[in-house]
Amino acid sequence: MEPSTRDASASSSYSLIASDQYPDDFVLSDEEREAIEQEKGHFENPRAASIEALKIVQKRRGWVPDGAIYAISNVLGIPSSDVEGVATFYSLIFRQPVGRHVILICDSSSCFLTDYEQLRDAFTRELGIGFGQTTEDNRFTLLPVCCLGACDRGPALMIDEDLHGPVDPGDVASLLEQYA
Amino acid sequence: MSSRLFHTSRNPETHPLTFRVRDDRAPVGLEEYQDTRGYEAVRNMLRDLSPDELIERMKAANVRGRGGGGFSAGMKWSLTMKGEGVPRGYIVCNADEMEPGTFKDRLLMEELPHLLIEGMIIAGYANNARLGYIFLRGEYVEAAHRIEQALQEARAAGILGPKVCGYDFDFDIYLHTGAGRYICGEETALINSLEGRRANPRSKPPFPGQSGAWGKPTVVNNVETLCNGPAIVLRGADWYQSLSGERSNDGGTKLYGVSGKVKEPGLVELPMGASAREIIDMAGGMRDGLELKAWLPGGGSTGFLLPEHLDLTMDFDTIGKAGSRLGTGLLAVIADNQSIVSLTRNLEDFFARESCGWCTPCRDGLPWTARILHSLEKGEGENGDIEMLESLASDLGPGKTFCAHAPGAAMPLQTALKHFRAEFEAGISHPQREAHAEPIPVGSV
Repeated sequence: MEPSTRDASASSSYSLIASDQYPDDFVLSDEEREAIEQEKGHFENPRAASIEALKIVQKRRGWVPDGAIYAISNVLGIPSSDVEGVATFYSLIFRQPVGRHVILICDSSSCFLTDYEQLRDAFTRELGIGFGQTTEDNRFTLLPVCCLGACDRGPALMIDEDLHGPVDPGDVASLLEQYA
Repeated sequence: MSSRLFHTSRNPETHPLTFRVRDDRAPVGLEEYQDTRGYEAVRNMLRDLSPDELIERMKAANVRGRGGGGFSAGMKWSLTMKGEGVPRGYIVCNADEMEPGTFKDRLLMEELPHLLIEGMIIAGYANNARLGYIFLRGEYVEAAHRIEQALQEARAAGILGPKVCGYDFDFDIYLHTGAGRYICGEETALINSLEGRRANPRSKPPFPGQSGAWGKPTVVNNVETLCNGPAIVLRGADWYQSLSGERSNDGGTKLYGVSGKVKEPGLVELPMGASAREIIDMAGGMRDGLELKAWLPGGGSTGFLLPEHLDLTMDFDTIGKAGSRLGTGLLAVIADNQSIVSLTRNLEDFFARESCGWCTPCRDGLPWTARILHSLEKGEGENGDIEMLESLASDLGPGKTFCAHAPGAAMPLQTALKHFRAEFEAGISHPQREAHAEPIPVGSV
């Protein structure tokens, strides 16, 4: 397999063999590198900064491309397979591109008891996508999320960093309009 | 957006957790916190108390773990390894509030960040910790912002850092935000996550108090548990015990709450041992036209209770004897027109998705359970499905896995089958066919 390939599946299988080379052109910005270095200082061991490092990359880029896994593994001095293991474990680290806005709909019991399913259906109808999918215009990605701790306002959801609730299924269209 | 707090008159003697909550619901800053005897407990403690005396006071107060476990915080602290040759360890605040139906720690962190910081300093001193970490779930953006601000205020005022309040004790706190996954709330999984690993639980022993984060003695306490520390130091264990009086053997107050189809869902601080009926009444009762059919006392991993249980005291022992668990003490009501089968299916879908996959009964048993519940919900259940669910619930029970995730999932399932068996039986459409004989392959749900 050619190391220069841009095919995502090929580069990830290659990546398991030669962790010292990046499968694509990826460079951490100075700002990202500095933020990761600062995080390292908060812990006894640099590995502990791995989740934070992934979040730092994701904050600027929206998701975590393959190359970032290697770059982070180099900065932290841990195997890239460990970084990938962490990246794929946590539900809020995105290993594929997402839309400009990420919608997290709480699907846990209290929201379920306050008619979450009607709200979910309103979103899938309005956006024409299901969970785990992104609209064709790259505007929205729809995901379920664990209890948001807003049970007194169920059904609740987050769009980017904003908490909304209770949300009436009839208000979904106007809510989405706030996010260009 | 603040959580609803039921209107009650609050004062420091009776509402140690919430008396400072402002009417405008803005966070209580350092100055206002100190004007209301904030950080006085830390100064008194460092001046007058040895760590052992402090631990004895916590034990006498009988603060039981407010994250849902109910283990005595003072007892936990007394088991932390300390002494000559033992390195100073860590206090980790479990602020990964994700238990379905639980929204209490959000209020404490968003509005009273200094109360949590003070509680962590107290826990740090008792356990000879060098550093504290607040492990906050990533979605609590507002709480993160306010905690970070409070940490900066406290450092600038000499309350955190070298020589806390001028005494010979160094302690600082870092905020760590998570990236999802319910399992991070399990204390050993949380430690793995803090170390930058996948959040798989660890086998115990060793307990974190002996070997936790980076092999050092580590104490993991819930936000609300830690927030009880300052008032206990300031006012003593007897006062704390007297708050709950005759109602309960568990000391102090509790942030209770209710969600589901009540008129005004919200939170309230009441003496330990309040009844579910009181709490539901404070929320205005069920919405018009609805009757209460069942309730979960404290999260998705607690067992269903019935209207006949509404007058039980909401403390750890009483709810345990009734066949459930107090859990986080934030109850969820189920109305008479809501399906227990559907809700149980929703809960088991949640637990199946959130299993970390480490232990076989949990990894394979939960998707299997969920799959059967899906077919029962659709009226496509088969003869033997209920017996299979009972068998699965037993195999998911305590002692079969590293952590409490699977037993937590088994509890609502078991109690739903016990109290509402007829609803499940109504979902069986082909009584002549055999039960699912083979496990369902992983990933098929």
